[in-house]
Amino acid sequence: MNGTSDTNAAQCPLPHRPEGETITLAHGEGGRLTRQLIRRTILPRMRNPWLEPLGDAAILAACPERIVVTTDAFVVSPLFFPGGDIGRLSVYGTVNDLAVAGARPQWLSLSLILEEGLAIATLERVLDSVAAAAERTGVTIVTGDTKVVPRGAADGLFITTTGVGVLAEPAWAGPLAIEPGDVIVVSGPIGRHGMAVLAARHGLELEPPPSSDCAPLNEAVEGLRRRGVPVRALRDATRGGVAAVLHEWADASGVSFELDEAAVPVTPEVRGACELLGLDPLHVANEGTMLIAVEPAGVEDCLEALREVSVTRDPAVIGRAMKRTLAPVVVRRVLGREQPLDEPLGAPLPRIC
Amino acid sequence: MRYVDEFRDAVVCRKLVERIRATVTRTRTIMEVCGGQTHGLLRYGIDQELEGAVRLVHGPGCPVCVTPLEQIDLAIDLARRPGMVLASFGDMLRVPGSRESLLQARAGGAQVQIVYSPLDAVRLARRLPEQQVVFFAVGFETTAPTTALAVRQAERWGLENFTLLVAHVRVLPAMEMLAARPDNGIEAFLAAGHVCTVAGYECYRPFVERFGLPVVVTGFEPVDLLAGIFECVRQLEAGEARLCNRYTRSARSQGNRRATELVQDVYEICDRPWRGIGIVPAGGLRLRPAYARFDAEARFDRGTAMRVAEPSDCRAGEVLTGRIAPSQCECFGTRCTPESPMGAPMVSSEGACAAYYRYARPTTTD
Repeated sequence: MNGTSDTNAAQCPLPHRPEGETITLAHGEGGRLTRQLIRRTILPRMRNPWLEPLGDAAILAACPERIVVTTDAFVVSPLFFPGGDIGRLSVYGTVNDLAVAGARPQWLSLSLILEEGLAIATLERVLDSVAAAAERTGVTIVTGDTKVVPRGAADGLFITTTGVGVLAEPAWAGPLAIEPGDVIVVSGPIGRHGMAVLAARHGLELEPPPSSDCAPLNEAVEGLRRRGVPVRALRDATRGGVAAVLHEWADASGVSFELDEAAVPVTPEVRGACELLGLDPLHVANEGTMLIAVEPAGVEDCLEALREVSVTRDPAVIGRAMKRTLAPVVVRRVLGREQPLDEPLGAPLPRIC
Repeated sequence: MRYVDEFRDAVVCRKLVERIRATVTRTRTIMEVCGGQTHGLLRYGIDQELEGAVRLVHGPGCPVCVTPLEQIDLAIDLARRPGMVLASFGDMLRVPGSRESLLQARAGGAQVQIVYSPLDAVRLARRLPEQQVVFFAVGFETTAPTTALAVRQAERWGLENFTLLVAHVRVLPAMEMLAARPDNGIEAFLAAGHVCTVAGYECYRPFVERFGLPVVVTGFEPVDLLAGIFECVRQLEAGEARLCNRYTRSARSQGNRRATELVQDVYEICDRPWRGIGIVPAGGLRLRPAYARFDAEARFDRGTAMRVAEPSDCRAGEVLTGRIAPSQCECFGTRCTPESPMGAPMVSSEGACAAYYRYARPTTTD
């Protein structure tokens, strides 16, 4: 027991948060400790009129536009990695899903699953990061939930965010509308998130270490809309990387895609790490990089609009849609030969020699 | 990127292709031994570029592919036992055992941990003193020094809970076995550049003399591969059979002395069964008696793992010895795919079947 005069501590039979305090199962049992965790640790970081009443649900004003909803769970390990952390990832990931679906992100729910024994200081760092990311992207966290599971039942901390946005005009048609001749633009160098996490998780001592691209895309998407870029489809190239997006688009639209390997932007760190491990950057995950299928006439506008936003300042044309061939996606390799690009199968398993 | 870009230079590649085509008087058959080279050849379409001039036959140089079924079954069996953790390179996880793969076993509760270096497995053992950590030591001369180093490290730390399940193989005895087969049709060999970097290439000299076939130490980038092939073709047309190094930026005649000494200290040569090929005399490594306490097979009983037959339709053995191309197997791409592989060469990132599947030539439907 310490002799603090904090009013909350006065009601509490347990000591006010000493150095090194951790999450216990009691923090998730709905009693005083749960309330205290919410009031002291979570709420001060996300104050807003919807969250503050701490009701069971947030009541939001109806809007005339169509509503877009998405949800995503974040289980990344380690929680902190070069270029990002699970907190901002959980905000940007959902914001990006809304943005590439053509919506302006507005509201977010935040659901935390905490593992018994997690340092509260770690939780605080993550929540600070969530708050900063929400502020940067202009979304409000209007409701949330906290659960605690026994040690071993989670990996430190899992976060689920559900995002609500309103559909912006003009709405883009989506992958069904992609036609032969359409151009594929990538908003920046690829494979950074996947390699950053892989290197951090397995302690690969790469110098310099690859850094995640974890960043919001809503501003860049807004820029495309403002400029009237004739976009057919947008997609953030998360798990499975660029290859997975193109395979999905090929399935949806019935076209094939042709990529020029030499035109695909890859940072030296990512390239080095991929060469070392025998991975193809086209299969590696991104968290702030998108693919844009654009009508040929709009390519220059598209590139200019992207260049105006810092997150997407280095876009590149990497390929085009063409009439369907047997392979949904082909890559033109160095010798000019076209080779099929396969869909990633499970997590990349690096070669051994 | 230095040491990569200059070896993927399209102009240099084109020139080499032209020189190879201008040199051959008939189609020449060359075996590349290493699975990494197989993937390079297919990824860059070099086999297609050289069609008619050179027939490339793919060799057994995929360590994951030749690891015997019963070793995989034993690894799974060990991983299932309470208090044991099996640490492995990621490549090994999807390879089918007789009933399941390590990945499937892990989903069923077996303790399987992916590591990127054998030293990570030693560190894991130090972190988990209550557990027995077994590292699945697969690979050619390239990985053997690192697993030998892991044993030395475990010894230095006095670990009682670290062992190796050794499945190390040696490339030269397998080449000798293939070259000795009367109907093989192989006219020259590309020796694996990485293996030679570690173990040197002087050891190939008796092979060249015995079989009268050119052996060219070759790297993995398109320019390396084409330079190696060109040297083979040049020798064949000149009626020569010599040992030649075309991977000079990495391979030296004596290899890496420290690495080879380490391997010799920890391991001794033994006969070893290769999956799909059979017993290769002197084709493997095992721990020396002085290191027997680090040998998982000596420390733990074999349990339920026993010798089992390969699936009869899978022609991995013929693929691994270059007798058929993967696409000539009836199961290829139909019953056997990377999603549900029948044999190891369809799984590994160095397997010839996986390379054929991944880089199959696209054809227009209309």
